[in-house]
Amino acid sequence: MTAPLTAATSALEDLLAEFRAGKVGALARAISWVENRHPQSGALLDAVYPQVGRAWRTGVTGPPGAGKSTLVDGLARHWGAAGRSVGLVAVDPTSPFSGGALLGDRVRMDRALSQTGVYVRSMANRGSLGGLSLAAVAAADLLDAFGFQEVLLETVGVGQAEIDVAAAADTTVVVLTPASGDSVQAMKAGLMEVADLFVVNKADTPGAERLQTELEDMLGLRRAAAPRPEVLLCRALADQGVAEVAQAIERRRAADQASGRLEARRRARDLARVRRLVVEGLRAELWHEQEIQEAAARALAHGERPDEVARKLVRSILEGIQRNGGPA
Amino acid sequence: MSRPLRVLVGKPGLDGHDRGAKVVAASLRDRGMEVIYTGLHRTPQQIVDAAEQEDVDVIGLSILSGSHMELLPQVRALLAERGLDHVLLIAGGIIPEDEARELERRGYARVFGPGTATGDIADFIEHNARRTS
Repeated sequence: MTAPLTAATSALEDLLAEFRAGKVGALARAISWVENRHPQSGALLDAVYPQVGRAWRTGVTGPPGAGKSTLVDGLARHWGAAGRSVGLVAVDPTSPFSGGALLGDRVRMDRALSQTGVYVRSMANRGSLGGLSLAAVAAADLLDAFGFQEVLLETVGVGQAEIDVAAAADTTVVVLTPASGDSVQAMKAGLMEVADLFVVNKADTPGAERLQTELEDMLGLRRAAAPRPEVLLCRALADQGVAEVAQAIERRRAADQASGRLEARRRARDLARVRRLVVEGLRAELWHEQEIQEAAARALAHGERPDEVARKLVRSILEGIQRNGGPA
Repeated sequence: MSRPLRVLVGKPGLDGHDRGAKVVAASLRDRGMEVIYTGLHRTPQQIVDAAEQEDVDVIGLSILSGSHMELLPQVRALLAERGLDHVLLIAGGIIPEDEARELERRGYARVFGPGTATGDIADFIEHNARRTS
């Protein structure tokens, strides 16, 4: 009986040894473990936790085609040239139809990739409810523990889970273009609330300065619990304004660190993560997909209302726990 | 549920035609795989770096430039050097029959020629890829 356990333990130890020796392949496999919910992934994250917390994390989000990957490529080169090591997690959506994904962020990252020391990991969101943020934030922890000084998290700002990932960073950059609509579109998408910094990319296209002014106006209306985000113009493809974006990120970090806001934000990030892990743990323990599906289908076939069916199912799950002597 | 297979689709060398690579990439996605596309003009080194960073199960290379006997064995050799022998390695493009068989003797699991049905590539991958992590 102990053989499988020993094998699992030694797989973890082997991986950790290679990870600590700085082997890129071990980092890549570690991220896969987390992504695939490998049985030992919790133990892996526990083991590296003492090394987590040294990297700066920057989230980059915005609508598709805004130039996020190109900006990230520029930031990676800027920091790389300054002698800082850079790791990136780029998240793209999973097709809800096939479960597959086309991950193309490396295509726009070729300039940074030709520099040594930049690590890029493409992740598909795998259509999971909240699971994306868990895996991507854990991947960021692994990059941090591996020793990267700058960790970038890039996500398409299309869904709450994606925005949550970017918002889990120390500093969140929202990239917009005149083509992504006016500032009202950004508000609708929930992007205004998460931004510490706005970048209006493709600044040579008509409407860029107007969008900048609009964003400034919107930000002026907000109550100032946090410092007001800067709004910068940029042409990432031409490398214009990228250094200024990097400097603005650094200014914001420094201000947030001095004010204690960074510390509070990191605490909030941990708290949010615990909450998601608890919900996911409960779901895994209590949600027996097939049973619930069948019970629900039966009840609905008897003409019961959906709300009523749900209330009954919750009650029966809770009764099941009580029968087993309460929660473990 | 088993996890999706991760496949790197790469274009080594200097040819600028990636329509075929994109068609294959899209068809593998539609079969539920996670496909990482590298973009054009990659060196064998860049392809192997990407495969290592992305922890892929499969590498599929598309090459139309005629330099396949030069570049494809280099990818194979670099993979071996990095200890990535478990990765299923396949290729496709304009490759003469005898050279295709030669590549299959030198570590390529299969070299697909023009006219291959995309479904056959997906089938081949599903039957032959190993999930190691």
